[in-house]
Amino acid sequence: MTSLTTAQQETLIESSSKFSGVRLTDRIFYWLTVILAIGIGLVLIWITYSLLSIAIPAIASFGLGFLASSTWNPVQDVYGAFPQIYGTILSSFIALLFAIPLGVGVAIFLSENFLPRKILTPIAFTVELLAAIPSVVYGMWGIFIFIPAILPLLKWVNNAFGWVPIFSTSPSTRQLFAASLVLAIMILPTIIAISRDTMISIPPQLRQGAYGLGATRWETITKVLVPAGLSGIIGSIMLALGRALGETMALAMLVGNSNRINISWFAPASTISALIANQFGEASGLQKSALFYEALVLMLLTLAVNVLAEFIVGRFQQVE
Amino acid sequence: MTTNPSTQPNARSSMLPESDVVIQTENVSIYYGSFQAVRNVFLDIPKNRVVAFIGPSGCGKSTLLRCYNRLNDLIPGARVEGKITYQGVDLYDPKVDPVEVRRRVGMVFQKANPFPKSIYENIAFGARVNGYKGDMDELVERSLRGSALWDEVKDKLKQSGLSLSGGQQQRLCIARAIAIEPEVILMDEPCSALDPISTLRVEDLIHELKQQFTIIIVTHNMQQASRVADYTAFFNAEAGDGGSRFGYLVEYDRTENIFNSPKQQSTQDYVSGRFG
Repeated sequence: MTSLTTAQQETLIESSSKFSGVRLTDRIFYWLTVILAIGIGLVLIWITYSLLSIAIPAIASFGLGFLASSTWNPVQDVYGAFPQIYGTILSSFIALLFAIPLGVGVAIFLSENFLPRKILTPIAFTVELLAAIPSVVYGMWGIFIFIPAILPLLKWVNNAFGWVPIFSTSPSTRQLFAASLVLAIMILPTIIAISRDTMISIPPQLRQGAYGLGATRWETITKVLVPAGLSGIIGSIMLALGRALGETMALAMLVGNSNRINISWFAPASTISALIANQFGEASGLQKSALFYEALVLMLLTLAVNVLAEFIVGRFQQVE
Repeated sequence: MTTNPSTQPNARSSMLPESDVVIQTENVSIYYGSFQAVRNVFLDIPKNRVVAFIGPSGCGKSTLLRCYNRLNDLIPGARVEGKITYQGVDLYDPKVDPVEVRRRVGMVFQKANPFPKSIYENIAFGARVNGYKGDMDELVERSLRGSALWDEVKDKLKQSGLSLSGGQQQRLCIARAIAIEPEVILMDEPCSALDPISTLRVEDLIHELKQQFTIIIVTHNMQQASRVADYTAFFNAEAGDGGSRFGYLVEYDRTENIFNSPKQQSTQDYVSGRFG
């Protein structure tokens, strides 16, 4: 049996002078990260607490009926959030309706070798630049260029399909549907970038296995690659939904801020964040409290989306 | 032909005492861009036999294998010169549909690659994309029996293919390949990630499968080649003009001849473990 000399043994003992400096930085780094991590949790608790404490008068006055009431009357101090909740959810839903097929399609296109790399890289970069455009710019573009451009098309839809309730009003220049389309463009980069990363990270063996069995490219993509990347794709959609629900500036500019529920998508509407952006400046008293109540609802809504996303992603990963 | 003397034996080595040839490889060179990976290979694959490709890494044996089902098409810049015929049809004829080729020439990969689907669906997938209209349950059972996996998985067909052990996964991939009823099965080092017991099971399986299929197997394991193959092709790599290495066929013969009385010195050196 061999044993270490005394000198060798000493180097193994932790107080050895050579390592004490390294150990100190290790320790400082450890505590620094602990403090920062706890700090972030504290900020979240702080925000929730302040929202809640200011919203309490409104919660006490209106209770859960707030969520179902359509009145927003600062003169009589009666408030309800239903039109905003409706507008928030519907605008996000319409945006996803367009952004999911388009975004997932582009992600697949950019992850397969349909195009030579020289063309692919600039396109992928351009897509990511879409995410860098400030939302107020999207809003201006929507007001001055996009909505005037698509208005004739919407008018045609209204003429031809006016009997369908959702197309039943003459398209307004500020309206839910057009605003949702701009929203769709805004959330596209999120879906594309994350879905594409997922598709690229699928092991090449799966692709070869499918081709090796005589699958066509279409069959390989739809039956093997997309199912294999589904958790990532769903994750990207949920992140995009989170962004759509909370998006403020562009919607405040485009959605029309009408405090009414109209079954037609071509009519003006409102969203929670647009309402808050429009009213926080002159709000006080119970109105301010009601705005905080709305903010709380929005927070819970996005929280629910995130929890749902974790749940769904977890489920699909189990299947894999 | 090139001036390199070591490529000369190729022309003769395509001659086999077999009449029923499935795949003919005539003076095939394979390029990745401007890089020549495989040079001037002549090689015939006889029907219902097991042919092993052996040789050191980088000698182009996997590259050649992947030409037989046109899987190299997936690699940008890959190009084949010369002629590969499958039952008399030029595989690289522009009119030939690579998807159709892969339905007749199946493949098992080095790393078991079951789809992230159930065991049942792993097998049904290939059959479905090939338009199989028969009894799917029956096909799944027959394929799993064919790959000697049925008894181990018959009670958990709905579980994920990824829940199986490495050896089971590889046999699932073999079941998946035979489910589409190909005529040829290409195996690219199918046992390199398996333990010795799983390896023996796959080898037993190869012996059974050759009643029905023609099998080409790439292997680094020379005992494996001598155990499973009727014919063995030895490939080697050599530095070319620009210093880049290309692979070529050294010798192709009955397996016992390759291992006991090879005609080329480099084959002798390789099979006796003196290099490689």
